[in-house]
Amino acid sequence: MSGHKHPSYLKIYFTLLILFIISVLGPEMAHVLGLEGVSRALLVLSTAFGIAIWKAYLVCAYFMHLKVEKIYAPYILLACLSLLFVFFFGTATDAMFANGHNWVKKYSEDKALAEVIARDEHHEDDHSHSESHNESHSEEKSH
Amino acid sequence: MAHQIVATGRSRTGIPTGRLAVWWIIGSEIVIFGGLIATYLLNRFNHGPSWSAEAAHTNTFIGAANTFWLLTSSLFVVFAHAASERKDANKTRMWIWLTIMLGGFFMGFKSYEYATEILHGYTIFTSNFWSFYYLATGLHGFHVLCGMVIMAIIAENDIKNERNWHRVENIGLYWHFVDIVWIFLFPLMYIAK
Repeated sequence: MSGHKHPSYLKIYFTLLILFIISVLGPEMAHVLGLEGVSRALLVLSTAFGIAIWKAYLVCAYFMHLKVEKIYAPYILLACLSLLFVFFFGTATDAMFANGHNWVKKYSEDKALAEVIARDEHHEDDHSHSESHNESHSEEKSH
Repeated sequence: MAHQIVATGRSRTGIPTGRLAVWWIIGSEIVIFGGLIATYLLNRFNHGPSWSAEAAHTNTFIGAANTFWLLTSSLFVVFAHAASERKDANKTRMWIWLTIMLGGFFMGFKSYEYATEILHGYTIFTSNFWSFYYLATGLHGFHVLCGMVIMAIIAENDIKNERNWHRVENIGLYWHFVDIVWIFLFPLMYIAK
């Protein structure tokens, strides 16, 4: 691909940096504004994941030169991407359900969430306990 | 070591053999990482609250810093490619080593992050989320490490001896793909909480 004219790599790089900043700030804004439900999902999905797709396109098109590469290369990538979708939709139909013919998923979301909350509370207790221990230890030293 | 070059091009595709092979590698990696990401999304949609509570513990600052290192390293590797097209060995090696340095920053930050998380009790066995987290980021980190090693070999074995210039472009393609994988892992693991 030495014959083609290079795009301005710096321009692409700064565009990528700006998109990166937006992708971090978008979900933060949703948190700061206290958005919930559909509006929150829309803001997070568009800024975090929509921009990720845009960034990936810029890297593919300009840094990997797919725009000027022989058509065979995009065909390879698209064929593999299609294969991925076949795998995904082939298995998602089972994975998305909690039961089927002669099988039941033992996983319980409520139980999993309760375990996470209990563990976090336990961590916080440990943390506050060790902090109070350190404080009393330093007080003893000062005496 | 002298060796006879057997085939440098594929007339049907019009793409040099090495580069064509790298495109196929990237194609297979799309299925590997794409499968991981698709499975993560499926679990995230099915088990939203618990996975969201787990994702709240990842360090966004380190994830963002690592995104910055990889984006910048992608720029450096295209500069290395541009220098290799001019057959400028010194500049090519300089940009390759700068790319390796940023890869090193990435691995350093990642190691610190892993150490902090493990010390806080979040290991690969803690929950499904953490299993996915360590598997996906660990596999990606392994790819970063492989890229760094291959780049060092190309810089010191090929470019220093002013031969096999096309390998700079080939490793560059691989490195950009590693960057793209991180572009998707970053919002999944660090932003969407």
